[in-house]
Amino acid sequence: MTRSKFSRRMHLQQLALGAGLLASGLLPARLSLAALGDQTPSEQRLVVVLLRGALDGLAAVPATGDPAWEALRGGTETPPALPLDSTFGMHPGLAHLHRWYLNKELAVVHAVASSYRERSHFDAQQQLESGGDRPFVLSTGWLARALQATPHSAVAMTPAMPLALRGADRANTWTPNRRPNKSQDTLERIAALYADDLPLASALAQAMAQQDKSMGAESATGAGLTALAQHAGTFLSAPRGPRVAWLEVGGWDTHSQQTARLGRMLPALDEALAGLRESLSGHWATTTVLVMTEFGRSAAWNGTQGTDHGTAGVAFVAGGQVAGGQVFTDWPGLGRPQLRDGRDLRPTQDLRAVIMPIVQRQFQLSTGAMNAVLPGATQPLDALWRA
Amino acid sequence: MHATYLASHRFGYSEPQLQTLAHDPRSWVLAQFERPAAFDTEGLIDSAKAWQITRDVLKAALNPTPTPSAEPNTNPPQDALGPMTPARKVLRQTNLQGLDKRWQHMTQTTTPVAERWVQFWANHFCVAATKGSTLAMVWPHEYEAIRPHAWGSYKALLRAAIVHPAMLLYLDNAQSIGPQSLAGRRRDKGLNENLARELLELHTLGVHAGYTQEDVTQTAQLLTGWTVGPNTSGVTRFMENLHQPGPKTILGTPYPEGPQALDLLLTDLARHPACADFMASKLCRHFVTDAPPAALVQAVATQFRRTDGDLKAVAVALFSHDLAWQENHPPKFKRPEECLISAHRLMQKKVIHIENSAYWVQTMGQALARAPSPQGWPDLSADWLSPDAVLKRIQWAERYGELHGKDLDARDLMQQAFGTHLSNSTAQTIARAESGAQALAFALASPEHLRR
Repeated sequence: MTRSKFSRRMHLQQLALGAGLLASGLLPARLSLAALGDQTPSEQRLVVVLLRGALDGLAAVPATGDPAWEALRGGTETPPALPLDSTFGMHPGLAHLHRWYLNKELAVVHAVASSYRERSHFDAQQQLESGGDRPFVLSTGWLARALQATPHSAVAMTPAMPLALRGADRANTWTPNRRPNKSQDTLERIAALYADDLPLASALAQAMAQQDKSMGAESATGAGLTALAQHAGTFLSAPRGPRVAWLEVGGWDTHSQQTARLGRMLPALDEALAGLRESLSGHWATTTVLVMTEFGRSAAWNGTQGTDHGTAGVAFVAGGQVAGGQVFTDWPGLGRPQLRDGRDLRPTQDLRAVIMPIVQRQFQLSTGAMNAVLPGATQPLDALWRA
Repeated sequence: MHATYLASHRFGYSEPQLQTLAHDPRSWVLAQFERPAAFDTEGLIDSAKAWQITRDVLKAALNPTPTPSAEPNTNPPQDALGPMTPARKVLRQTNLQGLDKRWQHMTQTTTPVAERWVQFWANHFCVAATKGSTLAMVWPHEYEAIRPHAWGSYKALLRAAIVHPAMLLYLDNAQSIGPQSLAGRRRDKGLNENLARELLELHTLGVHAGYTQEDVTQTAQLLTGWTVGPNTSGVTRFMENLHQPGPKTILGTPYPEGPQALDLLLTDLARHPACADFMASKLCRHFVTDAPPAALVQAVATQFRRTDGDLKAVAVALFSHDLAWQENHPPKFKRPEECLISAHRLMQKKVIHIENSAYWVQTMGQALARAPSPQGWPDLSADWLSPDAVLKRIQWAERYGELHGKDLDARDLMQQAFGTHLSNSTAQTIARAESGAQALAFALASPEHLRR
């Protein structure tokens, strides 16, 4: 408990420091706004979770009712699924998500992909995070561009700024402190030292503002996904906290031993999302959680109990306003003639059409502004929301 | 004077005395590729031993034998590998020893630019201890496959990096089986295209070179048979019974059945025009600036092609080009490990508390030996300079100030290392520090030290 008292003191000092730097003119005006966080916080909240490495959509949401399923994925390699509807099931490791689905708080989008059609993780992630219609045509992120058009601020629970948030003035990064700054004097003098170096000054001011909102978080245990998700929920719940959070986790590139690996990783993801919800406490009703990945994986097993890079996969949208309890899909089928290149689940739904209504609800953008966030994206999946 | 700064800080790991290279910084850099300091592998394990240690750990994790815990468990919390078994202690010790040796070399080498060159290639051919089989393999890959070939031909480096057990395990080729091979027909096993795709995309040609999914599949077939084993030997072997029979065609070129196809393919990939362009742009981006001038990239690529990928000649082309020494390129933000190493070179101290230092580097965003993907660590300033990263570097600087600041004069240290490149504000901030510890914290967290 002494710990949290300490951080409260830190918090007050940092507020004073922020104000002091402002008064002294050490921080540029635009930056100072950023440092002080969200000026007019709305009730609407958004959490984006990126699964890097390409989650196998057919493992997370198996199409057990598809006539080709047994031949493709049947057998002992595949754990028995929790039922969703006559066609789809859910991986048994996603028990919380399954419960949310039954409670109509989670929707599944299947056979979904960005417009990227090659099989490079790195290009696919660049395209997904930038929001372009091809890799590397945009160098800022879609979330960043949406933030710029609004007074919202965001925090990424990562040491580095994810591309999706690059280009925003009010985007922060945060990970648990291993050892909080001992001396406020040292921190202040370093902040002053950075005054001539805008990128460093800006980064430090942002970090210090975020520290204000993470009272007591230094004493939290671990930097695992669940801990990070809980911190994210706490930040989003703070009265003047950020309203957008970004989480990411790698390791989904399951070229081998897929069943065992997903048997560990999906429950960890499930646990983290449950932790997020818990820490959001009363705010779940106005929160949307988007879980996405850069592409799907090959429909059939490869030769090493894994799957190789594919095309379409799955996305999850959860929250209090989501028209849950359904699988949004124009299911292409798993028969060999239906597969893309004879190997991948064929994409029938554009991931950007899923992102669009989520951006719209969170940021209330004009058509023009939306076009700058996701240029060229059309046909938003508006059915995502409960009427 | 600026050239001296670039040689010391941008191309190297920061020299404690800028004056020592001031008379001819270019020659100081170029001479390092003539006589790079040798890396001492005394006492380090080979990959066969690493494989044995790994197998012991995996075996212990699968069949846990309850051991009476005499000591309170202060070790890292349990993870996928379970409790800290004796086998895991050996693994941890081995990896720490490898890291220690590596860091002592990086902090003390007389040829720091050549060492940066080694680290560039180790990251280019990234392997990570992110799966069970590679837990002990990352440092052996660096000293067995990368270091001995970093100044030879690119093709030889490529071959060594690809067929090292670490890579075959990391990118799953060790398990990949030709569907029509003897083993493939007998068992329900087959291809894994992980290594094939990354060989084309990350290691040689780059993603836009125009290869197709069929080229990837054919490459995967050609690579079948290259595996680790048999059983416990932990060395690379070509196993005929896993190899996909018949010829393969990759990027329009036919390759025969058998182990000899590997060298033919790697030679062709190394000579592909896209390979030279890809390597040159990565090198210039890493050593010079985030957006290097096209003329510089072109010059390096031309040298790569002209010399058939002679890496020493490529280094000379890069570091003797005027554009590499231009004053107005925006600086780069150091990676966390570069920061740790340059701090110790400036302080002229050995890295102590290896595990603790590794944890600090991880806290600053770089979990050593556990790069997040086969692409290795990213290289742009934007990939590293974030609010959290800056705060963590300041916390690190504060801690290292406490550790080393009492017996160092940070004013002198920074004056010696940066000379006229030390800003007035940094010099003054350090001079006005309330203690040696705080002065060193300012030095290590200064823009001069965080950037290169």
